Amino acid sequence: MPGLSTGRDVLDALHFITMIRYALGRLTSLVISLFVASLVIFAVIEVIPGDPAAFMLGVNARPDTIAALRAEMGLDQSVVTRYFDWVTGLLRGDFGQSWTYKTPVVDLIADRIWVSLPLAIYALILSTLIAFPAGIYAASRRGGPGDITIMGATQLGVAIPNFWFAMILVLIFAINLRWFSAGGFPGWGDPLQAIKALTLPAIALALPQAAILARVMRSSLLDMLGEDFIRTARAKGLTRRQALWRHAVRNALIPVLTIIGLQFSFLLAGGIIIEQVFFLPGLGRLIFQSISARDLIVVESVVMLLVFTVIVVNFAVDLAYAAVDPRLRARA
Amino acid sequence: MSRNLIIGIALTVVFLALAAVSFLWTPYDIEALDIPNKLQGPGGANLLGTDHFGRDILSMIMMGARTSIAVALVAVGIGMAIGIPLGLLAAARRGSLLDELIMRGNDLVFAFPSLVIAILITAVFGASAVNAIIAIGIFNIPVFARLTRGAALPLWERDFILAARVCGKSAARISVEHILPNITNLMIVQGTIQFSLGILAEAALSYIGLGAQPPTASWGRMLADAQTLVSIAPHTALVPGFAILLMVLGLNLLGDGLRDWLDPRIRVARV
Repeated sequence: MPGLSTGRDVLDALHFITMIRYALGRLTSLVISLFVASLVIFAVIEVIPGDPAAFMLGVNARPDTIAALRAEMGLDQSVVTRYFDWVTGLLRGDFGQSWTYKTPVVDLIADRIWVSLPLAIYALILSTLIAFPAGIYAASRRGGPGDITIMGATQLGVAIPNFWFAMILVLIFAINLRWFSAGGFPGWGDPLQAIKALTLPAIALALPQAAILARVMRSSLLDMLGEDFIRTARAKGLTRRQALWRHAVRNALIPVLTIIGLQFSFLLAGGIIIEQVFFLPGLGRLIFQSISARDLIVVESVVMLLVFTVIVVNFAVDLAYAAVDPRLRARA
Repeated sequence: MSRNLIIGIALTVVFLALAAVSFLWTPYDIEALDIPNKLQGPGGANLLGTDHFGRDILSMIMMGARTSIAVALVAVGIGMAIGIPLGLLAAARRGSLLDELIMRGNDLVFAFPSLVIAILITAVFGASAVNAIIAIGIFNIPVFARLTRGAALPLWERDFILAARVCGKSAARISVEHILPNITNLMIVQGTIQFSLGILAEAALSYIGLGAQPPTASWGRMLADAQTLVSIAPHTALVPGFAILLMVLGLNLLGDGLRDWLDPRIRVARV
């Protein structure tokens, strides 16, 4: 082949081909996952007892009014048609019209996502900032007092219900010290105030995740420190510290990356409960309000959006993982 | 036995005992309201104080322990009862279409944000302890299925399994008689971890009003009730919170301790 003059080039080409094959394989299962997920969500919503049209019009509604509303909402169509309309709508970015808010679902989500998404990202940053130093320090001082203290703290962190931790934060920092407000969101007009309003919720979300991440970081690093290449590095004359930072930490990051990917989706969905504690107008509040108002199209779309995000983030993590670690591609 | 294991056993036994004793006796009747005696601090006639209806918090913690344990335990039971056979089947038919289907199904359940689906399930079928159990239990199935398959695969390569096959035993019999006993330790350890996650999940669901309904006591709902009272009566929030924390901590220490004690090579999944 022209251009492939050296063995190195051939290897690079093979490398590229296996990566593409791996990505295609993962992409296929991504599409299947999304399809099955949409079927499941649609089916669950379908079995909700009660007629949304009758529910919205109240007990005194006349049957012909209900029938008219059912037609307007498309409820008189067959199940297959409604599923098909819903999915093709989603693909076009048209999530339908909310029955209670009388606005496009996309707009409702767009409003709320500016609370939920920054909250999840904020929490992820905090979690990483706490977990990395803690995990690396604990691993480098294995068995010492610092390690034992950090591991003890992570045991507590894993066991604390985050919504209770949120209440404790409110009690201390909002009610007693008055450093933060106890809840609500002022909007992004003043970014500093917005970030301040998200700080306690982000801490509450981040801490239990940081505890898990620190444990993963520590054990992954300890695995690496037992590897031959670390012994080689030490034999080469690197100090323990240099070997740790130059060789072990980089390799230990691979499993940590996966956990961070999983945590992002958890933080996005887990925000639902924290949003309740702090009265934040995010996606979680939207789901709750829509469920109680029987606004099924909103529930359906928000849940699908969350599942979509989780599946796509996991897909991206898998790809990143394979790009870093060639052994995984070979296995696939 | 390590110190962690002993602490874990002690904490777990305390909460199991509190729940067991509540069947026979509680200091006060939790359905009897005593408004004049509301929001008493801990240490008086009511050891852990009273809530906004004047109900004894210690009695509610005991009854709540019963709810939490029942929900989490049955949810783990569902996960094991369905997940372990699926995992054994996938390992026995490794590489087949069936194996592929089971594992892809697992991946799919993992891909769903569990909390969102739990909320959806309880919202659709109504808020109740039973629906909370189902919602939590569903997400335990792939955990056990994947773990069982992973542990069973290397066993299938071992000589004693080969010997059993030479004897003419079917794959199903080998799975039950030879594979299952060899993964029991692993399942017990993972079961303990899932139990603790179940306690947290139950608390979260009842906190947002989707778990056990009144008059059934539940730690999560005690916290929800306490939310508006936290500034005037912090003990109403602190006591149930510490109950959840200590119970979960105890189970985690028990799980980790059991792993080290039974077989240090075991790796459990905890995400």
